[in-house]
Amino acid sequence: MTKQEMVDLFRQKAELVSAKVIPIASMKDAYAYAIDACVNKEACQLLISGCGEAISDTAGALCEQKPAPRIVAAPQLKDKELKAFTKLTEERGIQVLTQGMRQHLAGIDVAFTTCDYGIAETGSIVIDSASEELRLATMIAEVHVAVLRLKDLVHMAYDVEQQLDARMKKAPSYMAFITGASRTADIERVLAIGVHGPLELHILLLED
Amino acid sequence: MQTAQTLEQYKAELRDSLDNEFLRKTLDNFAVAYRTGRENAFKGIDLPGLIAEIAAAKDDSVARLDELYAEFKKNAEAIGIHVHMARTALEANEIIARIAEENNCKTIVKSKSMTAEETLLNHHLEDKGLHVTETDLGEWIIQLRHEGPSHMVMPAIHLSRYQVADLFSQVTKKDQDSDIQKLVKVARRELRVKYAEADMGISGGNFAIADSATIGLVTNEGNARLVTTLPRVHVALLGLDKLTPTLHDALRVLRALPRNATGQQITSYATWITGPNECGACEDNKKIMHVVFLDNGRRALAKDPDFKQVLRCVRCGACANVCPVYRMVGGHKYGHIYIGAIGLILTYFFHGREKAKHLVQNCINCQSCKAICPAGIDLPRLIKEIHARIQNEEGHPMQGQLLGMMMKNRKLFHGLLRAANWAQRPFVGKGQTGGRFIRHLPMVFAKDQDFRALPAVAETPFRDLWEKGLKQEINPKPGQHASMKVALFSGCVHDFVYPEQFVAAAKAMAGKNAQIDYPMQQSCCGLPLQMMGELPAARDVALQNLLAMDPAEYDYIVTSCASCASHLKHNYPKLLEDRPDLAFKATQFAEKVIDFSSFVHDVLKVAPKTGAGKKVTYHAPCHLCRGLDVREAPRALISASGNEYVPCAEEEVCCGFGGTYGMKFAEISNTLLQKKLDNIVASGASVIVTDCPGCVMQIRGGMEKRQGQKVEVKHIAELLG
Ligand code: SF4
Ligand code: SF4
Repeated sequence: MTKQEMVDLFRQKAELVSAKVIPIASMKDAYAYAIDACVNKEACQLLISGCGEAISDTAGALCEQKPAPRIVAAPQLKDKELKAFTKLTEERGIQVLTQGMRQHLAGIDVAFTTCDYGIAETGSIVIDSASEELRLATMIAEVHVAVLRLKDLVHMAYDVEQQLDARMKKAPSYMAFITGASRTADIERVLAIGVHGPLELHILLLED
Repeated sequence: MQTAQTLEQYKAELRDSLDNEFLRKTLDNFAVAYRTGRENAFKGIDLPGLIAEIAAAKDDSVARLDELYAEFKKNAEAIGIHVHMARTALEANEIIARIAEENNCKTIVKSKSMTAEETLLNHHLEDKGLHVTETDLGEWIIQLRHEGPSHMVMPAIHLSRYQVADLFSQVTKKDQDSDIQKLVKVARRELRVKYAEADMGISGGNFAIADSATIGLVTNEGNARLVTTLPRVHVALLGLDKLTPTLHDALRVLRALPRNATGQQITSYATWITGPNECGACEDNKKIMHVVFLDNGRRALAKDPDFKQVLRCVRCGACANVCPVYRMVGGHKYGHIYIGAIGLILTYFFHGREKAKHLVQNCINCQSCKAICPAGIDLPRLIKEIHARIQNEEGHPMQGQLLGMMMKNRKLFHGLLRAANWAQRPFVGKGQTGGRFIRHLPMVFAKDQDFRALPAVAETPFRDLWEKGLKQEINPKPGQHASMKVALFSGCVHDFVYPEQFVAAAKAMAGKNAQIDYPMQQSCCGLPLQMMGELPAARDVALQNLLAMDPAEYDYIVTSCASCASHLKHNYPKLLEDRPDLAFKATQFAEKVIDFSSFVHDVLKVAPKTGAGKKVTYHAPCHLCRGLDVREAPRALISASGNEYVPCAEEEVCCGFGGTYGMKFAEISNTLLQKKLDNIVASGASVIVTDCPGCVMQIRGGMEKRQGQKVEVKHIAELLG
């Protein structure tokens, strides 16, 4: 399978589960995309994640813990990258979080992460989530924006089996295959997105 | 859950389900949508190859469960996981309650685990004063309703949005809209608080990978990730059968599991947890992790030569998705905790004979589950074996014993059938859909059999017609060279009820220089006995048939009864496997068996006479399309006969005959039949043909009772003559 065929297959399968796949040219583009995604989100997208529903008072109290401005969690960014990213977010009035996700369980707007691998056959991304901050960010965010380097895209899960196995054997390890947004069909088999995790998954394909 | 004490009570419960319109409609829609979804999901994958690989790998793991457990434990303990082995359900529950106590846990969040359902873990923990919340949406709903799951993958499939809205209104103390999207968001918010508060998270596990001590979890909602991340303590509860040697084995199953379960390429999340990960809720930032393995009979099962294959099950739930009986009555009536075909079997092993004994009788033996199982488990046969085991343990009912005694004695059995011809005479009349019927049902038949007209026993059985001249008529003239040697196997229905169909079948084979025999010592194939759990008698008649026609003498053994064909081919070698003196013959016999349509179409290559240009539709007998994987030949024959083949909706779905099943579970049989008839009428055909006299009996009998449009019902052989 050529790289192009793999990309096409990946896109097709990811879109089948309503993930967005967007080609980008550089990490800078990725930052800009994540920030735009945060700003362009419906003013109060938390509405669709349940704040607007008639929930019990205890559940409602958790929502009130969410502080004002919009939040992007970028737990993997360090030093120079983080500085560059924060500079961009500050201009747009967005708060950046790299830790303390447990204080934001009611929800944050965007999680910005990278991926370790992409699996074309199923349109999945693979993220080594041993870091608790990273793991939580990708669950409590309403939109997950993930950068996948083209060189890390493979055809089948078998193709990264050895690498994954090696990581698992360096325990502790917490490996996640993520395919589309969190979903359920538990009520009358009707598909509903965002039952526990993100409502949207955007995969940024970065050409090396 | 099974609470019925008697078969009558169980049947009354079934009736309630049949009357539940919402359930029926939901399961009907699901059954149809599932098939397409699955087919698409497996496109481009060598499915039979994958199934064979999974079956072989699982068999290998099952054979060394103890070894894999020891390996997992060693690797797990080296990285700080506490590993426990629970011999029984109670022991598992006690271990988990103790872990909660030792770690001062009061509140628990759970992600879906069928194993925890099996041990009734929630009850135990709640009795200990712990507060448990299910976080999988469907599981949460049924927990709030104090119910068990009605499907392994979609536990709340039996409930409507209105019922869920009412339930959520009670929980939130606010009025809830019945909009599904909104209800899901309410659950999201309500449950998020529970994670935030919980001290302990309990998950199941789809895989326990021995060489790295990794737990694999497959979910769509992502709740398992929160359950295993937020609380201080993580306990994973898994059946011992989830042990698998390497990541590769798990990835292989992952290729089949979601595709087969819901037609998804993969679930939204597949999570692999190895060892205690970072956990901000713990003082040392390290999760407290326990893995509890449940035996509860699995180790014994692994040593049972007949039943060890049930441990191959990957819990995809597909055997319920395709089961026509599940589709009628739903999971609460087609299982105890585990549901569907595998549920019938596991109930016996995990929950005992009392819970299983009515359930296992409610299988119509349509083979749909076997055809869909990604682990290649021969579910229908095992269900019948359990039925037989239960009868061995509890005593065989009179009916089955009598049937067994009668059928073992061919002369007696055939004598009775001949006598029936005389006894029924005053009641027989000609039908409008073909054949002769008994006009007034004799009193021995219950009123609930009235949904289908019963055929009359024929004036002259096939065996007499054969001797009286048919034999000479269709065989090559003396001196002519015979190209092959064929034995005909009629089965009882063709011999004694519809001999004209078998005459047509025999005539369709004439003129091709085949030397055709009808060995006179042949008897019933024995499937009805197997269906009633009378295995020794089934073995006995198998033996008689084997001796009646020596397979070494024939190139083919042809039968135009799909059920006989599949029973002769697949069950005979199994039935006679512990007879070393006969096992080889049984296999040789099985290899020569071929169904009528395949024989005339593929072997003889008969070009039938030009037919009448009618619109003809088809019913695919369970034992032909799935039992023998024959699909092309009959349809090609219809077209070749000069008629127009018009497809019928759900052609491969069971007609509800099932031999003695229709007697026992008349209402389910009738519901299946009515659906079949509706589809046949809707096809616009004037004739419906099929490959099995049992299906003819059911469909013709039902059509005869219908008011209004009548479609003629024939055996496919009758189309060719
Ligand atoms: S054989 Fe048919 S009726 Fe029996 S369990 Fe399987 S699918 Fe259901
Ligand atoms: S028996 Fe087969 S089809 Fe049924 S749940 Fe298990 S793996 Fe799936």
